[in-house]
Amino acid sequence: MKKPAAMTRQLLRSLFAKPATSRYPYEPSKLPRGTRGRLKFDPAKCIGCRLCVRDCPAGGIEVTKTGDRQFEVVIDLGKCIYCGQCAENCNKEAIMLSDDFELAELQNSKLVLRYDVKPERKPAPES
Amino acid sequence: MSDHSITVPIGPQHPALKEPAGFMLQVSGEKITGVSIRLGYNHRGIEKACEDRSYIQDIYLIERICGICSHSHSTAFIQAVEEIAGLQVPPRAQYIRTLVAELERLHSHLLWLGVAGHEIGFDTLLMYTWRDRESVLDLLADLTGNRVNYGINTIGGVRRDIDPAKIENILKIVDAVEERTKYYINLATEETTLIQRLSGVGALSKEDALRLGAVGPTARASGVARDVRRDDPYISYGELDFKVCTSDQCDVYGRTVVRLLELMESFSIIRQVCAKMPDGPVSVKAPRKVPAGEALSRYEAPRGEDVHYVRANGTDRPERVKVRAPTLANLQSVAKMLEDRYLADTPIIIAAIDPCFSCTDRMIVTDERSGSTRGMCWDELRRHGIEWYRARGIDTTRIKLALP
Amino acid sequence: MAQILFHIFIFPGILFLLVMSFLIEFIDRKLHARLQNRVGPPWFQPLADFIKLLGKEVVITDEADVTIFRVMPLVALTAAVTAFFYIPLWGTEAIYSFNGDLIVVLYLLTLPTLSFFLGGWYSRSVYSAIGATRALTQLFAYEVPLLLSVLASALLAGTWSLSELTRFYDAHPGWWLFNLVGFVVALIALLGKLEKVPFDIPEAETEIVAGYLTEYSGSLYAFIRLALNVEMIVGSALLAAVFFPWGLSCGPLAGFAFFILKLLVIMALITLLRSALARLRIDQMIQFCWKYVSTLAFAQVIATLIFKGVFVK
Repeated sequence: MKKPAAMTRQLLRSLFAKPATSRYPYEPSKLPRGTRGRLKFDPAKCIGCRLCVRDCPAGGIEVTKTGDRQFEVVIDLGKCIYCGQCAENCNKEAIMLSDDFELAELQNSKLVLRYDVKPERKPAPES
Repeated sequence: MSDHSITVPIGPQHPALKEPAGFMLQVSGEKITGVSIRLGYNHRGIEKACEDRSYIQDIYLIERICGICSHSHSTAFIQAVEEIAGLQVPPRAQYIRTLVAELERLHSHLLWLGVAGHEIGFDTLLMYTWRDRESVLDLLADLTGNRVNYGINTIGGVRRDIDPAKIENILKIVDAVEERTKYYINLATEETTLIQRLSGVGALSKEDALRLGAVGPTARASGVARDVRRDDPYISYGELDFKVCTSDQCDVYGRTVVRLLELMESFSIIRQVCAKMPDGPVSVKAPRKVPAGEALSRYEAPRGEDVHYVRANGTDRPERVKVRAPTLANLQSVAKMLEDRYLADTPIIIAAIDPCFSCTDRMIVTDERSGSTRGMCWDELRRHGIEWYRARGIDTTRIKLALP
Repeated sequence: MAQILFHIFIFPGILFLLVMSFLIEFIDRKLHARLQNRVGPPWFQPLADFIKLLGKEVVITDEADVTIFRVMPLVALTAAVTAFFYIPLWGTEAIYSFNGDLIVVLYLLTLPTLSFFLGGWYSRSVYSAIGATRALTQLFAYEVPLLLSVLASALLAGTWSLSELTRFYDAHPGWWLFNLVGFVVALIALLGKLEKVPFDIPEAETEIVAGYLTEYSGSLYAFIRLALNVEMIVGSALLAAVFFPWGLSCGPLAGFAFFILKLLVIMALITLLRSALARLRIDQMIQFCWKYVSTLAFAQVIATLIFKGVFVK
């Protein structure tokens, strides 16, 4: 049966229901758990193997040698596409993805994370 | 007639289009007397860029061809790569891919319904469908890690497993969205203004649909029962039971009905996938270097048949990737649909094929005199772009971006 | 003299209408949002938009006729504000009234459409030209039913003056119920006049960008929005005065409260309709208006004539 304004009942019901939208950013908002957000890097775990650099689709990670067993890791969140391939490649769990999605910055430079990595020499396994 | 006709540009920038594409309409009064379509405003050189990246990197690049059917593109690409590499993908991975594919169809079709509402000035429908779509997006983020560019696919399987608690959550949300879809189906049969604006608009007969090579819901609404999921089953569609929804309406209303009915089919497919999900690993180890060979892969994206061609040369990078997005197949029929319609129908007719122009835009240089065609390499293309603008008084190399 | 200036600039003139138009726009937008299950804008949003637009640069295309382009928003605003003086607000007496002011109000309400047409036409943009043509085409479709439905009410009262019409219905309580069909017709016609969905064809966003408003920017656009809001208030106020002429003899304060209430109810109806419907095409709109709405209006007029012939003598 055709009738004009067929949505009226639904509309009037919404008038007395809680709105589906929220006043973000005045009210906090959360993404579902497991969403890939801001990269977290743990310099203590990194061994400078460059597996993350090899597969990063955006070329957002740079690992440069700064000395003997010393590296500088530069992660550019401005380039990052949050695919999580680096975290998957990392054997030492040095890179993890958090669920923080509020990444806006006023300066590009604030999106570039720099870390100095000095992997500790592990005692050689006794043979 | 032509004395009184004016040219109305719909695009490249226009509120009706969510992406740039040019439609020049010859309009006499409110009637359309001629159409010319111009594409290419959104050419990104993705196919070329794929050749410079490894297969793993390509997955994420290919996924970004389209913001809505991202899983379609990445699955189509990966299927081709897996075929060349001769990988046996575990069934559980195939089921998870199917699950994400159908969830993607859900949110894509709900999105389309909202956009269709917006194009005919029915913003309330847009607000409601997008509100309901949000729960599907949240579900996808929960399952895969992102709302649109899921990144669930990897060569040889999927990257995340699904536990029983998540399956329960899926079924709960699917039930809720199904309830809403029934409401929209009901609405589509009731609301007078909606029916008035949709039925009889953008007619495309079955013969024309076949002749112009329409795909997906556009073809199915013209009575062409074509669906890659059934005709050439991929991932795990061969083991699932579903029907191909068609309509004989041959107009925008038919396309709406087909999409709404496909939603209902998707709910059933998702339930079957959840029930039949086999145990086992979700991925196999894939080699970095893919042996030489070539493969063509077909995939029924929400917008229609998506075709990927991959040629490998034994290195860790593909030699050639070719993408034929469904919109390209459907664009030919848009010109046909616009014939003798009103100017006011243009937005909904264009929207009815669910266009995705950035997926579509490819470039090839054609020499009209000799009829020869050739591609351009990345640097050549860049140089061409700079010179094209310089010839028009804009020197892009001198523009300094005011970035801090 | 001071009183006249007070009327023109403060109440019920420009200042009052300015405040009212922000209020009405807020209510319209908020209600629209809540009907769509959204939160909606805060109360100061219309004011903020107005101030923002005033601060923006006015861009006029090279091909536009500058004088007409600049003057037309003000003509529209002036016409709409002027019409408001003839509508009884708190009692049975409007500030100014003469026999025939009903017709004047109707024509003053047509002026904004005409001035927008001219403004759009002379801005020399394809979208504006199409929008302007559509606005005029639409004008012919809704103006006749609107006039007829108002005429029916005036016929029953036997006067062309809004104040006298109000006095008549005040003396004959309950008679306004007879004009309810006329009210429905007038409401539909008002939707066309105010260019609200389903009749927002002249400014259909997805088809012709913003119709005749496409080239307007900055303060000129701010005044057009203001004129549209004032037109909405005056249109609703006219409907309230013609079709709901009750509760006006119980003192100015209560009368004014009643007036605001009626205004809000009509506004809410318009918002509800614009939320629940899709935009029609211009041919469908014309057909609908001539086929059904005009017929209803004629039926109302004939019924009124018969009623009057039988009972009023």
